[in-house]
Amino acid sequence: MNVPPTLAPAVSTRAVRHNDLRARGHAGFLAFVAHRVSGIVLALFLPVHFFALSQALSDPLALDGFLEWTRRPAVKFAETMLVAALAVHLAGGVRLLFVEFVGWRAEWQKTAIALVAAAALACALLFALNA
Amino acid sequence: MRSARHAAWRFVLQRASAAVLALCVVLHLATIIYAVRHALTAQAIVAHMHASLFWPAFYALFVVAVAVHAPLGLRAVADEWLALRGRAVDAVLALVALVLLVGGLYAVALLAG
Repeated sequence: MNVPPTLAPAVSTRAVRHNDLRARGHAGFLAFVAHRVSGIVLALFLPVHFFALSQALSDPLALDGFLEWTRRPAVKFAETMLVAALAVHLAGGVRLLFVEFVGWRAEWQKTAIALVAAAALACALLFALNA
Repeated sequence: MRSARHAAWRFVLQRASAAVLALCVVLHLATIIYAVRHALTAQAIVAHMHASLFWPAFYALFVVAVAVHAPLGLRAVADEWLALRGRAVDAVLALVALVLLVGGLYAVALLAG
């Protein structure tokens, strides 16, 4: 099939591949992957969270037993990771909303992504250091 | 035309639920950190949540927003990363939405109970 000249790609496939590789090391790509992965983790965790919460709330003794179980170091670590995932997804999502609806400019994005990482780390540390 | 309209609706629902969730998650994270900092017992947390209608209403809103947001996010992941799309995928994601909605609201009802 002949492609009209105006619809032909402006850059060669090789150049696109080259840009692709560069894009993968870019802060924006890392932010995209972090947002996706944290979202998947949270979506998998939520049904378990609701189930455990319902079990615990229907029996007050079970609730304290459940909280006792969560004091194990491995569970504490997993909880801290979940808090971090929630904070990453929140801060990254707010950044995306500002990019899409407020028109945050490209040159601020590295700073914005660094702030997202800092906010997520702060939340995880606040949780971990007091848990 | 119809699929373009559906895509537009998914975009709007995903962003609107994200905006609601942004507020909900800030309050939820603040509650979690407050609870661990003050070493609150399970009974203290539940008693606090029982005390007013605010917390059950807040968590009900949270659950509804999650039940909208999470399946739409998973749909994008299935489409772009796994090349899974079509009616079967949408049916599974509708089931995910239902599980999140019913499971979440059941937990909130117990909290309010």
